[in-house]
Amino acid sequence: MFDTCADPKTLEGLSWLLCYLTTGKHMMFYGSFFVVIALMVIVAPVALAFGFGGAIAARSPFAPLRWFGKLYTSMVRGIPDIVFFLFVPVAMDQGLEYLRYLYKCPHDGTPVWANNEFSVCAAAKLPLSSTPQIWHEVYGFSLAVIAFAVVFGAFAANVLYGAMNAVPRAQLETAEAYGMSPAQVRRRVLIPQMWTYALPGLSNLWLILVKATPLLFLLGVEDVVYWARELGATKSQLYDYPHPDWRFWYVLVLLVFYLSMTKVSEIVLGRISTRLSRGQATMAGEALRKAAA
Amino acid sequence: MKKLILTAAVLALSAGTAFAADVVRMGTEGAYPPYNFINDKGEVDGFERELGDTLCTKAGLTCEWVTNDWDSIIPNLLSGNYDTIIAGMSITPEREETIMFTQNYYPPAASAYAAKTADADVMGVVAAQVGTIQADYVAKSGATLLEFSTLDDTVAAVKNGEADAVFADKDALAPFVTEGGELVWDGEDVPLGGGIGIGMRKSDTELKAKFDAVITEMKADGSLNTMIKKWFGDDAALF
Repeated sequence: MFDTCADPKTLEGLSWLLCYLTTGKHMMFYGSFFVVIALMVIVAPVALAFGFGGAIAARSPFAPLRWFGKLYTSMVRGIPDIVFFLFVPVAMDQGLEYLRYLYKCPHDGTPVWANNEFSVCAAAKLPLSSTPQIWHEVYGFSLAVIAFAVVFGAFAANVLYGAMNAVPRAQLETAEAYGMSPAQVRRRVLIPQMWTYALPGLSNLWLILVKATPLLFLLGVEDVVYWARELGATKSQLYDYPHPDWRFWYVLVLLVFYLSMTKVSEIVLGRISTRLSRGQATMAGEALRKAAA
Repeated sequence: MKKLILTAAVLALSAGTAFAADVVRMGTEGAYPPYNFINDKGEVDGFERELGDTLCTKAGLTCEWVTNDWDSIIPNLLSGNYDTIIAGMSITPEREETIMFTQNYYPPAASAYAAKTADADVMGVVAAQVGTIQADYVAKSGATLLEFSTLDDTVAAVKNGEADAVFADKDALAPFVTEGGELVWDGEDVPLGGGIGIGMRKSDTELKAKFDAVITEMKADGSLNTMIKKWFGDDAALF
């Protein structure tokens, strides 16, 4: 990065450290923090949408839809996360490639699954072998987002389902007495009021999501954990910047990163909680009213 | 002029598509210097990078490098994430049941024990990287095997006293002994495996033939030996 870094082995002390911390590899390490933040920021709304769909389905008067909603939440909640994280991306990847195989490959009798191998013709590969590596990474990241969204969506569905049931029945009855249709009751009364009941559960989920991001490493995405391990490992004279085992320091950086993510989340969630309690017939809402009076 | 640009563009495009079919994704671990490692620029580097690039150029292939954890390097090859494993992988009968190898591009290499003292018990607790021929060997030797996912973890286990010795490929282990100061060689070298080859899916016979031909050529003209000497020093085993 700097001209003085051209010959790292002659450097010492602070200038060595400065050059060391600005190598291309370290830049990738810094970049991976944004990958992790991007994952959280993308997964949260997608999982919330999954959860919302699941909760609405589980409350549906139409039986098959209700069964689907209940099956989704209980199945995903019952299976260990890690199994899901390993299963969903592989299944999605092979499923998509199989679909492409059906209309893109010549059907000459070569089996798709044979001998432990999953092989489709080059044209059906996703992404194609010829696409640049970055697209392979984006694809892997997207599969990870879907896996995270499915898992966290199930938990969110359960939280939202409970929150919808926690809205006082009297509120809904009043709305019905005004002549609102079930859809109007849901949209105008139920959903605006449920958030205050859902927030504690959802904020819990958010913090679990923050802590679960190192699972990206398991899915083959080069995230902060991957780079911390790689950069901290002992470097022999073969490298430009040899150093002993420094994994301790890199993991310490991750610790600080995750703790500060938690702190920031707590502050933001606290504000949202205050905002949602305003005017509610809950203890928090009552406390707000008294404080203002 | 316009026509010229257009022709050039069409040519470039068609060249692009002709090429596209021939991209070979080379899978490696990126944590096993000097065979393969990620250099300070963040690129795959090492003996296998140089060799792989040379093989691809000679075989007229376009190659792209991909890193993958050692643990899952064979399953991900089988599911088609990349087309070759070029990661210091020794040719063994067990591996040949699931994948196929080209002829070896590195002769059968010595493995060695390293420990804090030269008389440490190699029949005690021995650390090795999971899924390696060295781990197999330790398990069969009667010592207590302690497996770790990377080479670095195995060395750390010896340094902090968790294991009595580490058993690994001698070339990969050498920097920890010669530069670290904390470890010494322990006992005799053990020759293991049938040399290192490029792993491939069993169905990719065409690709194997291409690589085999080029490796034969490089063995014959001595350029492979030159490359081995460059990365492993003058004492390295040659063809």
